Amino acid sequence: MKTFIFPFSALAVWILIYFNLQVSADFLVLSVLNLEPGTHLTESLRFFVFEVPKVLMLLVLIIFGVGIIRSYFSAEKTRKALEGKSTFAGNIMASLLGIVTPFCSCSAIPLFIGFIEAGVPLGVTFSFLIAAPMINEVAVILLFGLFGWKIALIYVSTGLFIAILAGWIIGKLRLEHFVADWVYKIKSEGSEEPEEQLSFDQRVRVGLDSVKEIVGKVWIYIVIGVGVGAAVHGFVPEKMMADLMGQNAWYSVPLSVLIGVPLYSNAAGIIPIVSVLIEKGVPMGTALAFMMSVIALSLPEMIILKKVLKLPLIFIFAGIVATGIMIVGFLFNWIM
Amino acid sequence: MKTIKILGSGCAKCKTLYQNTLEAVKQTGIEAEVIKIEDFQEMMKYNVLTTPVLMIDDKAVIKGRVADIAEIKTLLTH
Repeated sequence: MKTFIFPFSALAVWILIYFNLQVSADFLVLSVLNLEPGTHLTESLRFFVFEVPKVLMLLVLIIFGVGIIRSYFSAEKTRKALEGKSTFAGNIMASLLGIVTPFCSCSAIPLFIGFIEAGVPLGVTFSFLIAAPMINEVAVILLFGLFGWKIALIYVSTGLFIAILAGWIIGKLRLEHFVADWVYKIKSEGSEEPEEQLSFDQRVRVGLDSVKEIVGKVWIYIVIGVGVGAAVHGFVPEKMMADLMGQNAWYSVPLSVLIGVPLYSNAAGIIPIVSVLIEKGVPMGTALAFMMSVIALSLPEMIILKKVLKLPLIFIFAGIVATGIMIVGFLFNWIM
Repeated sequence: MKTIKILGSGCAKCKTLYQNTLEAVKQTGIEAEVIKIEDFQEMMKYNVLTTPVLMIDDKAVIKGRVADIAEIKTLLTH
């Protein structure tokens, strides 16, 4: 019973603090530190003192919520749901499940093999493997906190679009023969074990654990990201950067994807860079394309995938995803 | 004599779980053989989907997460 009360009372405190952040930040900067409003230093400091706790609080709340939701899902259940699914409907389902199923990039290979072995179609498996890392809660919250809900929503929907479409195309191309031969020969001996049933108390614990783990890992990136954002806050965009990746240069989107693919970072690590790019006048579509390509495609990942996929399939996979990301970038620059 | 297997491809989480397991075995003083399985073909025989996995006597007790030393100790002694 106690754990039922805890989340709700914590939520009340959260709301109280969250909606008084701007007032507290202003009080601290203007009254306690007695800085003059309007100067660059004051405005940067106000931005920093307000944004850091705001994003961190959002992170805690959402990761806790996502942690609880994820405790109802597992890779095993997702696999069962996708077994023998036809294309398209299967691609859509796999992409959506990719968002809610607990996933760590180091599990990508066992997941891939396990899905294929259970009869999940290749394209559907790819939809899952593209959506799972790309659309993660940290990326979405940070985009929401720094750039607003519209950008966050567009990121999620275009990410889904890429995962569905790329998986569907890979399915249509019939590339099964490019999967390493031994994958199809594997026969698991392990028996299916019944899922452990968690109580609500345990789910709350799972939520708290994931908050501890993720926030413990990414808080520093957020402080850096917002800090750099604050430092350049209000400065006129530098001309050089805007020229290189600027709106008018058609090649800015493919260029940013090209730079982004070999780089690898988790969603949190890339956000500081994206926030600088945008502050410096790089258009949103170009910045998003860069972010997506860093998160979704990476050289180390390709090298690991080499163990289960033959080279042509890796290139096709990278090519389709990169093209999808570029389309999103162009589309976005064109709309905004 | 227990046989403990750690299944994982060598990512950070897998290494932590391996270290925690070694430490837990040492602390409990149980006689156990700890084997690390990093090869995917070998790993897939056990029907795993998420790594790391901790198996005690061929039964998967931890899946897809790191367990701390205290938790592994309870698993070993029960």
